[in-house]
Amino acid sequence: MSLLHTIETGLRSLLGHRLRSVLTTLGILFGVAAVISTVGIGQASSDSVTARISSLGTNLLTVSPGSTFAGGVFGGGGSANTLTMADVTGLEDHQNAPDVEAVAPVSQGRESLVSASSNWSTTVSGSTPDWLITNSRSMAGGTFITPADVSSQAQVIVLGPTTASNLGAAVGDLITVKQIPFQVIGILASAGSQGFGNQDDLAVVPITTAQAELVGGVGSVQRIQLSSTSQATLGSAYLEANQLLLQTHHITNPSLADYSITSSTQVLSTAQAVTQTLTILLASVAAISLLVGGIGVMNIMLVSVTERTAEIGLRKALGATPGDLFRQFVIEAGVLTAAGGLLGVGTGLAAGYIVPRTANIAVTITPLPVVVAVAVAVAVGLVFGVYPALRAARLAPIEALRAQ
Amino acid sequence: MINVEPDHLIRLQSITKVYGSGDAAVVALDSFSLNVAAGELLAVMGPSGSGKSTLMNILGCLDTPTSGRYWLGGEDVSRLSETQLAHVRNRRIGFVFQQFQLLPKLSAWRNVELPLLYRSGDHRRELAMHALDQVGLLNRVHHRPTQLSGGQQQRVAIARALVTNPDLILADEPTGNLDTASSRDVLAVLRELNQEGRTIIVITHDPEVAPVARRTVSLRDGRLVPEVAA
Repeated sequence: MSLLHTIETGLRSLLGHRLRSVLTTLGILFGVAAVISTVGIGQASSDSVTARISSLGTNLLTVSPGSTFAGGVFGGGGSANTLTMADVTGLEDHQNAPDVEAVAPVSQGRESLVSASSNWSTTVSGSTPDWLITNSRSMAGGTFITPADVSSQAQVIVLGPTTASNLGAAVGDLITVKQIPFQVIGILASAGSQGFGNQDDLAVVPITTAQAELVGGVGSVQRIQLSSTSQATLGSAYLEANQLLLQTHHITNPSLADYSITSSTQVLSTAQAVTQTLTILLASVAAISLLVGGIGVMNIMLVSVTERTAEIGLRKALGATPGDLFRQFVIEAGVLTAAGGLLGVGTGLAAGYIVPRTANIAVTITPLPVVVAVAVAVAVGLVFGVYPALRAARLAPIEALRAQ
Repeated sequence: MINVEPDHLIRLQSITKVYGSGDAAVVALDSFSLNVAAGELLAVMGPSGSGKSTLMNILGCLDTPTSGRYWLGGEDVSRLSETQLAHVRNRRIGFVFQQFQLLPKLSAWRNVELPLLYRSGDHRRELAMHALDQVGLLNRVHHRPTQLSGGQQQRVAIARALVTNPDLILADEPTGNLDTASSRDVLAVLRELNQEGRTIIVITHDPEVAPVARRTVSLRDGRLVPEVAA
């Protein structure tokens, strides 16, 4: 039998059982749509994490307090403030660390900011002028913290654009933090806000002021941001910083270091690994629903073969070879899954359009998962169609004819 | 000795068919031999359990004998594979069944067209129409089987058997599901086709069929009962 006639016969039979065909198709449809949309959501969140971390620059190193070892007891990472302003001063030395361009200590806490007209709670970071470089930020108005502000413990504050507008504060205004008056000396340019943390909702004060008045811990800092002179010198900047800190902390065994240095690329790859794991998890659940849809196809095809035993017998008597019947039933299964797959793509694309506009979840549809989902759906249909088709092909014509 | 004549369409030589094995073995055909010349209208009679159905399955290439040889149109078909048998059925044999075996979702001419789908070639619609014309149903080509009487359905089935221009038409109890009038109708069509030169074998226990046949053979316990010339 020619392929065209086999397809025609298959279609005729599927149309003869409309409701059943539609229900079977639905199983595949939802499986494919689920795969496409979950992978799309995973892709979107991975993209946004990557964009956010990349916006920090790829030449950023962060020194965090590590585990402490005192009296035979290990403390957890970050359990002690082992980093000091002396470390900062040491790292700023261009003789010992020629590849380190900027050094910015950060000590931060969540504070309530009060302006004349309103109040607003946000993260207040104490830092130095280099903060602008290490965070790749620029000013929208006013000035950033100066070295003089740092040395004089000036009560000045720089606001992110969102913070400023929420407080109704402008350059020159006075706001209070913990009942201490601060003068607004500058507003940061917007860095865009996507995903979790808002890069535009923050405030920066001189590190010395933060230590003395807000966060506490005079002389110690929570972490130190370093940026290398270029992306190429990130590695040597890392080695220089590590060498310096080992010396100033009097540590001979590097494995016992009481701090850790991470690069933004490390953070990026960690974050990507996390989102990738999540995406794989979501896609696996979706793939299982696709598999269940495939089993539905097999189920229906088995019913169809049993129901049409007499027809199969007749076709055999009239000259249909086992191959003809095998092809007919595989094609029926293939048509069911291909239709489900294509409709699933449509549904998945529609979900990719509707979900971001209604649920505020970003979805990025890329061609690969679409193609893979359809290919898997059709493969599933053919695989699950093979067994019923073999049953049809192997029916003995006499037995089949007697079935009526 | 078997008389080998060139115009023998069918030669069955010592056909034995055994179902099951060991103590449960049933011998359905026991060293059965039969020749059928081209152009015959042969009735195979016999009570149920006589081996009629087995003979029909072997003659129709739906089953293969346990031993013995079967030549159909000079071709030994007793040892062919399932796929090869399917081709032989399609090329050489037209079937008419007791239950008609029409596909209910297809119109009369689509049913008649079916065997043509399993071979190459065009003009399927014309051939189907011609076959329906031969059985006098040209005014029913678009009717579904359910819209036709039993006799008409069986005539559609005969058209389906004719459409491939087969060497042999094999009818299994063609009148078994029909009333007397429809039976006569169907038998008249078969006789007419035979007069046009078709070789027809009717397997039946209906005594009405025998007078129509040119030759009748009787089966009992898987063996031939001596022939009676018509």
